[in-house]
Amino acid sequence: MSQATLAIRRISGHAGPAPGEGVERDYQVCKLIDTTTCIGCKACEVACLEWNGYSFTDTVFDNSYQTMPQTAWNYWNLIKFNEHEQEDGSLRLLMRKDQCMHCADPGCLKACPADGAIVQYTNGIVDFQQQNCIGCGYCVSGCPFDIPKFNPATKKMFKCTLCVDRVSEGLEPACIKSCPTGCLHFGTKDDMKDLAETRARQLRENYGIEKAGVYDPAGVGGTGVIYVLHDVTNPEAYGGLPKDPHIPWVVRFWKGPAKWIGNLAMLFGVIGVTLHYFRYGPKEVHPEPHENGGQP
Amino acid sequence: MSSDAISPPRSSPRSSPRTTGEPGERILRYTLVERVHHWLGALFYVYCLITGLAFWSPYMFWLAVLVGGGPTARFWHPWFGVAFTLSMFWMYKMWRPDMLTTDADRRWKKAMRHYVENDDQHLPPEGRFNYGQKLFFWLMFYGVILLLISGVGLWFVESIPWSLRWLRYLAVTVHVAAALATIGGFIIHIYMGTAMVRGGFTSIIRGEVSTTWARTHHRLWYEQVTKKTSADK
Repeated sequence: MSQATLAIRRISGHAGPAPGEGVERDYQVCKLIDTTTCIGCKACEVACLEWNGYSFTDTVFDNSYQTMPQTAWNYWNLIKFNEHEQEDGSLRLLMRKDQCMHCADPGCLKACPADGAIVQYTNGIVDFQQQNCIGCGYCVSGCPFDIPKFNPATKKMFKCTLCVDRVSEGLEPACIKSCPTGCLHFGTKDDMKDLAETRARQLRENYGIEKAGVYDPAGVGGTGVIYVLHDVTNPEAYGGLPKDPHIPWVVRFWKGPAKWIGNLAMLFGVIGVTLHYFRYGPKEVHPEPHENGGQP
Repeated sequence: MSSDAISPPRSSPRSSPRTTGEPGERILRYTLVERVHHWLGALFYVYCLITGLAFWSPYMFWLAVLVGGGPTARFWHPWFGVAFTLSMFWMYKMWRPDMLTTDADRRWKKAMRHYVENDDQHLPPEGRFNYGQKLFFWLMFYGVILLLISGVGLWFVESIPWSLRWLRYLAVTVHVAAALATIGGFIIHIYMGTAMVRGGFTSIIRGEVSTTWARTHHRLWYEQVTKKTSADK
């Protein structure tokens, strides 16, 4: 959550258009993660905790080098380790920095019912505003990457902010700043796409890694975090990165047609009984005893 | 309650019987226990309805303000849902025998159009509850079971593992569908209980109806309670 005054593109749970929506344009910011040069040092994990003011929590042994099985409400950035056996039988240790992907079409924002609890800035950062969050967990159902996490003490949802407080002041995110190998880059989406494609081409042409490519899933409108993968045809091997992520169709239906079908049904129900009253009126009983089925 | 109130069949052991069913007399239709349970259920349901509608649409989010704001509404909604489920089960225990479909219901169902059009003289006689009331009871009963099960899924959504995330989506779907179905029944229930069937609203507050009312709307029940009490004499 940032105190900075960034222009807003979209806000959650809002009746009518978002105030200030579409009045400003901005560069799309983007984080590039090159998994082929990540050494899994976890400096980014520490930098994330430091910048966001969380202390290091208990780690959970997961039979690998991984700090814990998933990100947590106070642990937004996690290197996922996977030992992946390739087709030729050789082993490749896959390390992927897992965090919020900052989707252009964010499922969390679509699912959120609380006015202004999730905002998308014009620079593409998707951010939770905890003061507006009601803790319902709908964003958990909306997210195709399993990112939003619930703090049971404050009953609010948390996730990576892409260091919106740093970015709005012209700084790069804390994780980028800490990376010792330079596998993390930050800039505009266009520049990062360019850099990623160049790197993927280099991997294919100079290193013989034929399936190397860029992960920028179109199903969620592209993301504000993109990856260079050794094998872009199998992103699941990188700790369950979905191959073709979408906002779940149930969430789309629920927040789209179902809303209007349901609202119209409720409205017609109320209008229906009102019209019934106008047409037929109340059922009165007459004080005389009727022995023949109520006939006078 | 005067000592000569006519007892409804089966489910109201606490009431004392009346002697006759003469015009002008009042018959006990709902015991105090039945009325209290009805209104507890109503309170819990209406709370869930107001907060649920707030979560349902941004255009109704302001409803949450009426009950203390979004986070408060989100905190209490599931607990009131549990309370409503308990009160519904209580009503089930209390009213199940009266809510089973009978031959009289089947005959009434065929003539239901006359009921809707207020042509009540063409209706076959009904027991303590007519087929429509029974339909509403079972709608709420099965509705609340679905709402509770899916509601637990929404309440503890993070506890549903990622590999079983279809359960998260199923919970949303079932909760919405069941809620809308009960709202449909609720609209009709409120309309009929207050505006349409005169005397119904007072009966669920003070418990009594006139003998004429009983004879007109629930003849079989009326005959049963009057016959039973005169046979007891």
